[in-house]
Amino acid sequence: MRVAFFGSVLIAGALFGFGLSYSAMIKPEVVLSFLRYEDFGLLWVLGSASLTTMLTYQFLPRLMRKPLFDKSFREHAASLDRNTLVGAAIFGIGWGISGVCPGPALAGLGAGNWPMLFSLVGIFAGAYVQGRMMKS
Amino acid sequence: MFEFDLLFPLGITHYLIGGLFIGFAVSFLFATTGLVGGMSTFFTSTWSFVSRWEFFNREAFVASRNWRIAYAVGLAVGALIWMLTVGDAFVTTISWWQLTLGGFVAGFGARLSNGCTSGHGICGIASFQLPSLLAVLIFLGTAMITAQLMQKLGGLS
Repeated sequence: MRVAFFGSVLIAGALFGFGLSYSAMIKPEVVLSFLRYEDFGLLWVLGSASLTTMLTYQFLPRLMRKPLFDKSFREHAASLDRNTLVGAAIFGIGWGISGVCPGPALAGLGAGNWPMLFSLVGIFAGAYVQGRMMKS
Repeated sequence: MFEFDLLFPLGITHYLIGGLFIGFAVSFLFATTGLVGGMSTFFTSTWSFVSRWEFFNREAFVASRNWRIAYAVGLAVGALIWMLTVGDAFVTTISWWQLTLGGFVAGFGARLSNGCTSGHGICGIASFQLPSLLAVLIFLGTAMITAQLMQKLGGLS
């Protein structure tokens, strides 16, 4: 069960990384071209990925009582508060500076784009500072 | 079709197929493990291995830190498979300081917001979370403004 669980996570991650690469989202230059209104292709990536996921999230729990290798289906619970919105605004500024966000930084490194190491160091450091600002 | 080409000069096929792979990945994760997988939490939960700070050692982070590492490793492996099969090797020309600074700000913001392009963008929208939809609209807006300002100020690639 544990092997199947972690094996599934690994396969899901690999599919995700393959998709990010195939859609060119691991190239910061392509992401920046979207943010500068030169190529709106990113919207197709976001659209097709969310639509597929939407169908799964809506219908799978009706077809299966539980996931294959665990006890229950989880939910992504976002709360409508100041941190969510202010954090999103700050995230966007960082994303706009380099064209790199967390997923593509990890995938990009796997594809041999070694300067993503700078991005990963930056993201880890930013997450650390954010964590240290939280009381507990 | 002239205007369509203007909006998508490189075509849309690879964007569409890549997005379907991503959607299938998140669906596969949900079907097998029930997990809802964004990427940014990995950058907080992993700190629990080396820091004693209480926040990093919250139950939610410690309980998920192992599978989040497997997910992150999988991401890199999938990209490597792409590079060795249908992809092409490339190295970005964006400067190191832009990558580091952008990473720092994005990392801080994503963790404050509890989600990034994958958590809010894909998982959040897909589960009809209003806060996530708002977060996506906000970060798309600030990212566009920032990217265009950067270009005007310095002509940075």
